[in-house]
Amino acid sequence: MPKSEPLKIDAVLDLPEGSATQAPTTAVNRGWGGTLEAWLPKLVVAPSFIASLVFVYGFILWTAWLSFTKSKMLPRYEWAGFIQYQKLWANERWWIACKNLLTFGSLFILICLVLGVLIAILLDQRIRIEGALRTIYLYPMALSFIVTGTAWRWMLTPGLGLEKLMHSWGWTSFEFAWLVDPKMAIYTIVIAGAWQSTGFVMALFLAGLRGIDDAIIKAARVDGAGTWRIYTRIIIPSLRPVFFSAFMILGHIAVKSFDLVMALTGGGPGISTDLPATYMYTYAFARSQIGLGSASAVVMLGGVLGIVLPYLYSELRSKNHG
Amino acid sequence: MKIRIALLSAFLWLCSGLSAGEVEVLHWWTSGGESKSVEVLKNLMEEQGHTWKDFSVAGGGGESAMTVLKSRVFSGNPPVAAQIKGPSIQEWAEEGVLTNLDQVAARGQWDSLLPEVIKHAMKYEGHYVGVPVNVHRVNWMWVNPAVFKKAGAEVPTTWEEFAVAAEKIKKAGFIPVAHGGKPWQEATIFESIVLGIGGPDFYRKAFVDLDQATLKSATMDRAFTILKMIKGYTDKDAPGRDWNLATSMVINGKAAMQFMGDWAKAEFTNAGKTPGQDYLCLPIPETQGKFIYNVDSFVMFKQTRKEVQAAQNDLAKIIMEPKFQEVFSLNKGSIPARLNMDMGGFDIYGVASMNDFLAGSQANTLVPSMAHGMSTTPAARGAVCDVVTNFYNSEMSAKDASTSLAQEIQAAY
Repeated sequence: MPKSEPLKIDAVLDLPEGSATQAPTTAVNRGWGGTLEAWLPKLVVAPSFIASLVFVYGFILWTAWLSFTKSKMLPRYEWAGFIQYQKLWANERWWIACKNLLTFGSLFILICLVLGVLIAILLDQRIRIEGALRTIYLYPMALSFIVTGTAWRWMLTPGLGLEKLMHSWGWTSFEFAWLVDPKMAIYTIVIAGAWQSTGFVMALFLAGLRGIDDAIIKAARVDGAGTWRIYTRIIIPSLRPVFFSAFMILGHIAVKSFDLVMALTGGGPGISTDLPATYMYTYAFARSQIGLGSASAVVMLGGVLGIVLPYLYSELRSKNHG
Repeated sequence: MKIRIALLSAFLWLCSGLSAGEVEVLHWWTSGGESKSVEVLKNLMEEQGHTWKDFSVAGGGGESAMTVLKSRVFSGNPPVAAQIKGPSIQEWAEEGVLTNLDQVAARGQWDSLLPEVIKHAMKYEGHYVGVPVNVHRVNWMWVNPAVFKKAGAEVPTTWEEFAVAAEKIKKAGFIPVAHGGKPWQEATIFESIVLGIGGPDFYRKAFVDLDQATLKSATMDRAFTILKMIKGYTDKDAPGRDWNLATSMVINGKAAMQFMGDWAKAEFTNAGKTPGQDYLCLPIPETQGKFIYNVDSFVMFKQTRKEVQAAQNDLAKIIMEPKFQEVFSLNKGSIPARLNMDMGGFDIYGVASMNDFLAGSQANTLVPSMAHGMSTTPAARGAVCDVVTNFYNSEMSAKDASTSLAQEIQAAY
């Protein structure tokens, strides 16, 4: 082993050298136009690269720094250790927010995935007005969460929407008051969120279904596999990458949900539908506790990274090997 | 000759431009009556030759406005004045960004014109940094007498009487209490209950000094129990309702009463109702003669340009003048912050509020509103609101609620 290692390094070092000597010659041959052509993409990308470096990563670091200070109304920069994190985890409202995120996130992702796959499979049966149906299912995606939230609030408010409609139709014993019930209100957010995002998930899966090679399915049919078997053994397993993309997208929608909650329940009744994002906003901006707000933002970021990093790692690794 | 005149007039125009400044004022008075009041201030400033630049940020009881204000101040570009009240005035003063108004105050003799509690709230380390606009009373009960009559109930003055009356009203098929289920509204009712059963000293110990033993006391348990009892007399659709929608339930006779500050009067006035006849306005049970105040005020941010500084001083002066104080309060349902005003233009409830305020000032029964950010820091206020609304919307026991109140307030520090 020790003997083969220097060899490896040489080989690695050789490669860029070779390409480096090649690149200038071609550039020289092409002249100024060629240099510009080589630099243009980098120049065009540079502003957005710098902007994202400063405004995304820079501010992430800034927030992290603030979470270790005693910042109240305006930012301060004296180091104060983990005091804000201690406060955060001692705060009952933060626990409510985290539990709500868990309930909302898991149900929202699960319902969207299941319904999305189901509708996609049904739409994939070469039916007649597929284009129109697809558009109808995808349309909620065109609305903002504020609109979705407001519309669903009107529908779910007992004295205004569904319940009143049923009562006026004569079904007076009908009761559906989840929106005003602190224990059930979080599920109304799941309903509205799933309504909004299912169409999008369906579109993802439909694209995935169209990408599957017909030859495999035909071969399976020749081998005598039934429709159920083809779906469970061939089609759904081959949609694995789509499942992952959908999971990632839904996951981050769930974590950063803010507008939907604000429009639908306003975090209420009481604080029963608070999510980490609304918690962060309340503390950092409404209550002059920027330090505590920053700490909650950092914990949220940590949560997202906890989901994203293992996934990215496994995806990148499998690409390198495959 | 023509050219000379043109030049001269241009010169004069420039000169006049130099003496008058542009005032940018941040506020969140955007609803009907409120924007009328702001219009008055704008006209008075323009009479003085200043340019008014409106900077209104609507929504969230000023939360969004505060967010904007912070970013403006932090980037070194503060507005000339902003609507800020309570201990937040001291918080901003601590950052060293507020203009010292001592000179204007001395010239206007504010010391002799302002009641002691307000004077105290407007000062930081003995210097004036805020200008009071008006005084709201929070502990009012708005009553639709027609509903009470139909239900055969008496307007309550104690919580025992309230329970009896509410029961009758419920039986008669009306909603006893119109309530908007938002944390600040629940906190508004709660603080009035605490003042009623505990008295002003207990209230101050709890919500100004944040004394642990007081927060955990049996009186606090009782206040929570009464709050829960009131919930039993509200309707199912209350969560998330805005306060003015609750007020309109009282106006159109769907509900019998509402517990809300005197800003609700503007809703009755706009609906064309006569005070004392179509609606009654009485102190919340057991708070007769006690007064929870909520003072609106402006602070001025330090400016570098001379003409803007002059305009700023004029603004502070105008706000304290009787003309503005009267018109503003008439539109908003409050009473002027300035003493010795002619109350001729006010209705019976405005006069009653003023009398109670003056009497309370003598008897030391004025207390700052916790729910409206007058008594303590935003952090502590938030902690109280969280616990109160959490208790209101769950099956938590009153004992657990007061324990958790003490804990959360301690953690907020």
